[in-house]
Amino acid sequence: MNPEQILFFLFGAVSLIGAIAVISFRHPIYSALSLIVTFFAQAGLFILLGAHFVAAVQVIVYAGAIMVLFLFVIMLLNLGTLSAKGAITGKLKGFAVILGILLAVEGVYIAVKGTKPGDPAVASAETATESVNTTTYSIGELLFDEYLLPFEVTSLILLAALIGVIVLVKRETQEEN
Amino acid sequence: MPLEYYLVLSALLFTIGVVGVLVRRNAIIIFMCIELMLNAANLAFVAISRSLGEASGQVFVIFVMAVAAAEVAIGLAIIVSVFKHQQTINVDEVNSLKG
Amino acid sequence: MENMPLLVSIIISIVKILIIVHLLLVGVMIMIWAERRVSGWMQDRLGPNRVGPQGLLQPVADGLKFMFKEDLIPDHVDKPLYVLAPAMLLVPALVVVAVVPFGSSITLFGYEIPLQIADINIGILYILAITSLGVYGVVLGAWASNNKYSLLGGLRSSAQMISYELTLGLGIIGILMLTGNTLSLRTIAIEQGAYPWHWNFLIHFPAFLAFTTAMFAETNRLPFDLAEAEQELVAGYHTEYSSMKFAMFFMAEYMNMIVGSAVTVTLFLGGWHFFGLENVGGPVWSGLISFGIFFVKTAIFLFVFIWVRWTLPRFRYDQLMNFGWKFLLPVALTSIVVTGTLWITTGSRLVVGIGNVVAAFIVVSIVAGLLVMSTPKPAIQESDNQLAPTVLDAIE
Repeated sequence: MNPEQILFFLFGAVSLIGAIAVISFRHPIYSALSLIVTFFAQAGLFILLGAHFVAAVQVIVYAGAIMVLFLFVIMLLNLGTLSAKGAITGKLKGFAVILGILLAVEGVYIAVKGTKPGDPAVASAETATESVNTTTYSIGELLFDEYLLPFEVTSLILLAALIGVIVLVKRETQEEN
Repeated sequence: MPLEYYLVLSALLFTIGVVGVLVRRNAIIIFMCIELMLNAANLAFVAISRSLGEASGQVFVIFVMAVAAAEVAIGLAIIVSVFKHQQTINVDEVNSLKG
Repeated sequence: MENMPLLVSIIISIVKILIIVHLLLVGVMIMIWAERRVSGWMQDRLGPNRVGPQGLLQPVADGLKFMFKEDLIPDHVDKPLYVLAPAMLLVPALVVVAVVPFGSSITLFGYEIPLQIADINIGILYILAITSLGVYGVVLGAWASNNKYSLLGGLRSSAQMISYELTLGLGIIGILMLTGNTLSLRTIAIEQGAYPWHWNFLIHFPAFLAFTTAMFAETNRLPFDLAEAEQELVAGYHTEYSSMKFAMFFMAEYMNMIVGSAVTVTLFLGGWHFFGLENVGGPVWSGLISFGIFFVKTAIFLFVFIWVRWTLPRFRYDQLMNFGWKFLLPVALTSIVVTGTLWITTGSRLVVGIGNVVAAFIVVSIVAGLLVMSTPKPAIQESDNQLAPTVLDAIE
């Protein structure tokens, strides 16, 4: 095994364990922490893939902002004490898990079969590391040139979300006062 | 590292997210599972982007993250207001259209 | 580093890491001593002066005392998180330092060794990413303590960190626009050159002020120490901590200060440059001198930290939010717009510098005018509902 493979299996295992922990922990705070671990492992995978910028943004946005908000809401509402029956039980649960396994098998099948060795995509997978120049500069060039319109639309979405959140929460407080 | 390994990992992570949404009834944990699924998609994006040798896959990841951030802001605001109304965030108990 | 054997580069890296971590730990001790002595001097009293010459060994005595205290874990805490939280605060503080360049380079045994642990291409993003993790230690420690004062401290801290992180990130963008196609801290330091009038703090003066203020907020220092306000919250998030766990919180705060100063010096104050003094002497001496210059600049900035502590009173919570969102953020945003526009149209750093100051002045006057006109209502603080809108805005 070369170092890249070892790191891949390490990060992959950590992210899978973290993901399973997210859905198994009873308390939301522990779920949130497991999710942070998963995000970190994924940042590691991004670095393995040569996507340094995405890895940094992953940590800044997900671990640094989104998960802090989750923790904030969990702490603010004190959710830990009241959600003792957090999961469904019995036959329904078994059904859900079976469905999940089916989906996993399907996903793995597509992932393995869908990328046939003849594909140009797979053929270049080994050699592509050098050819793809994914510095922050090249991503920026793509973002502000080819994808300028989607970029602007995204900013509109963010603005809409901002206004939506203010409206949602403001109205509540005014009614109560 | 062949592309399939990353895609399989991404598929597994996505599945765990789906199972989480199906199994858990706590709105906040369901929400975290949705984030997990988005992340699995991101992983596939970046892996395929490297395998194709171009950076647009990574640009899409940036878009996904921006949308995820917007979604979290709205979603958590909804959860907070639902909690204020009903004192619960169990999605089975929050089933009436009229507060 | 490309043309040296792998083994040599690994050894060099390990040696550098050991030296820098120990320098940081010693720096923390010196800072604790300096903080108490300088505070004493500013308040016209003596400060600790009994242990060792000038009280220099006081931090050692304090450290020993912490180690021999009983490591108490209260019954009502959430044990795993309670134990984990101090480490989660200390580790990011230690790890950030990996990308900070401490000096130019030393040539030893024919190898040129840059005085920096890792010169990575996304240096600044790395710093932003890691500093944003520091909040977990505070928030989890606060929550795990299962104590309402701690929890309040944690809530305040998370809202504050998210709000001020934005300014921290936006304040840097102006610099990036004028630096070449890289986010590496070493390149930014080199491009600023030897003379103070070329350094970034003059070109981006409003951004520099915003960045520094946000840095104070991120390190939880007075006037932004709402998370541990003694008069309101006993000791805030570390109320329930004792012995070495408390000491780790304490060390993390000082470590954050040191690293924050080092980053500010690198980004805005020219790094290790000072009138070409860093080029004096041979390949070894110039490296050491550059490190000395960097050290002195960082020390001066650290003095400012202490100075501000005894100059400004603590903000109220609504003042904190207003200040962050209505003053710092607009100033940082304007700085980006003005820097970009003027740099493209004129291409002169002088014009950019003057334009930045003028624009920031205009923006601050407009905001202040709007605030005065819109009859300021006293903020209602009796329920925690008030927190939600402020923080949910913060996701943007």
